[in-house]
Amino acid sequence: MIRIDNLVKSFGAKRAVDGISFTVERGEVLGFLGPNGAGKSTTMRMITGFMPPTEGSVAVGGFDVAESPLEAKRLIGYLPENAAAYPDMTVEGFLNFAAELRGLSGAARRKGLHRVIERCFLDAVLHQSIDTLSKGYKHRTCLAQALIHDPDVLIMDEPTDGLDPNQKHEVRNLIRELGRNNKAIVFSTHILEEVDAACTRAIIIDRGRIVANGTPEELRAMSEIAGAVTLQARGATAERLSELGRVEKLNGAFRIYPKDKSRQAQLAQEVVEMVNLHGWKVEGMYSERGELDEVFRRITLPDTVKK
Amino acid sequence: MRVVFTIVKRELVSYFSSPVAYVFLVIFLLLTGFFTFTAGNFFERGEASLAAFFGWHPWLYLVLVPAVGMRLWAEERRSGTLELLLTMPVAPWQAIVAKFLASWIFIGVALALTFPAVITVNVLGDPDNGMIVAGYLGSFFLAGAYLAITCMTSAMTRNQVVAFILSVVLCLFLILAGFNPVTDLLARWANPALVDTVAAFSVVTHFDGFQRGVIDLRDLVFFLSVIGFALFATGLIIRGHRAG
Repeated sequence: MIRIDNLVKSFGAKRAVDGISFTVERGEVLGFLGPNGAGKSTTMRMITGFMPPTEGSVAVGGFDVAESPLEAKRLIGYLPENAAAYPDMTVEGFLNFAAELRGLSGAARRKGLHRVIERCFLDAVLHQSIDTLSKGYKHRTCLAQALIHDPDVLIMDEPTDGLDPNQKHEVRNLIRELGRNNKAIVFSTHILEEVDAACTRAIIIDRGRIVANGTPEELRAMSEIAGAVTLQARGATAERLSELGRVEKLNGAFRIYPKDKSRQAQLAQEVVEMVNLHGWKVEGMYSERGELDEVFRRITLPDTVKK
Repeated sequence: MRVVFTIVKRELVSYFSSPVAYVFLVIFLLLTGFFTFTAGNFFERGEASLAAFFGWHPWLYLVLVPAVGMRLWAEERRSGTLELLLTMPVAPWQAIVAKFLASWIFIGVALALTFPAVITVNVLGDPDNGMIVAGYLGSFFLAGAYLAITCMTSAMTRNQVVAFILSVVLCLFLILAGFNPVTDLLARWANPALVDTVAAFSVVTHFDGFQRGVIDLRDLVFFLSVIGFALFATGLIIRGHRAG
């Protein structure tokens, strides 16, 4: 649904987005990660046609955003950063305005309105003006605007920013549900747990370039501790365990890293055998899946800061 | 066209749902009244016409029209709704024309509310009503020209006050180029052709005809080209912001 080809955006001498390419198909929920200023918002603004790219192209549903902007924009629902909305309008007025701009009228408009009001829990504030709303409601109003025409492509810039934990949970559920409805979804975040909670795939960008692209599992496997076994057992010693691989002492536990990645699978078995052999009393043992924030830090920190 | 209509409707509702609009209408009517009847010596003139009324419009609009238009784009940019509006299936020119039209209609409403002046001259005497109609038409186009310039300055900045000042300055140039004291001054050392050329850029020169009851195609073309040019420039400025 979304095809991005070698996208570049320069602001003066600075290349905010520097040669990004990826595609998003229907049914995919793509998490867009990166530190602040990495180029996430700029990329999204180019996808939605707000900013023309300096180089490269964006196609949405087969329409080139630069050449046929109106056709492409019709397919997109967009939640901009900070959830902007006209403060002097009521929620209902604002949603009606969005629906009319989207070309919905009559029964279709009422249906769309009804659907998003229900989905975004806006019943209680329908006749309130937007500048009197709390941040959470304001956010959901803007999200409702993005969903009103039931778009095939949904672009959301930090959809959970500034929400309380319950609201975050609701929004993540909504994103997951929309993903199952065969839509192509891209959202940016810098909250890593959201990737696990909602994404089928994640892209990490840093200084305008893609530095990682894969499923949350694949990204996690890039972690240094992925595949390591952590053992907490009475009687265990580092000397013995180091036969199996490099050992790191944590407080009261040992973390054993496989000698090479190919032996990862057997490592847990080997640890168990050693435990049995020496009769250690196991208090806890688990295989590490890897931690996303470690991966994130490692690939987005400048080299000098690393370690 | 539907999209333009939708945006015009939104803008108008937004005008009239804020107290600023009513404050503006009251101030506009008070000032036109004051200038016409007190400063314009309406009664001492001894003639049944609205010359005293229309004569002040270029100066009155100088402050009032930028006040109406200054928020048009500056506010959209400041609050971030510009991004929302331009990622809707709306062509930028549609948004520009629609927002301009909405404000122009609002000023038209304000102008229409001065109808008691028309009643007054008709009660007191026997004015040339065709001249009055021409005056209103000219006044409306004059306001349109100022408003289009304000649109342009409003697109230049996020700050409404800056937009206001810029448009007052630009509109002042358009007045002064044809203002008698200035043209007289210019005539002392410049050749008459230059004076006429400068004066041809003035709204006062082109508004004069309407006040005399003459609807000259050239004057209409002048105002429409100022509007067209300023809105075109607005489009370029907005495109410039988006390009970053």
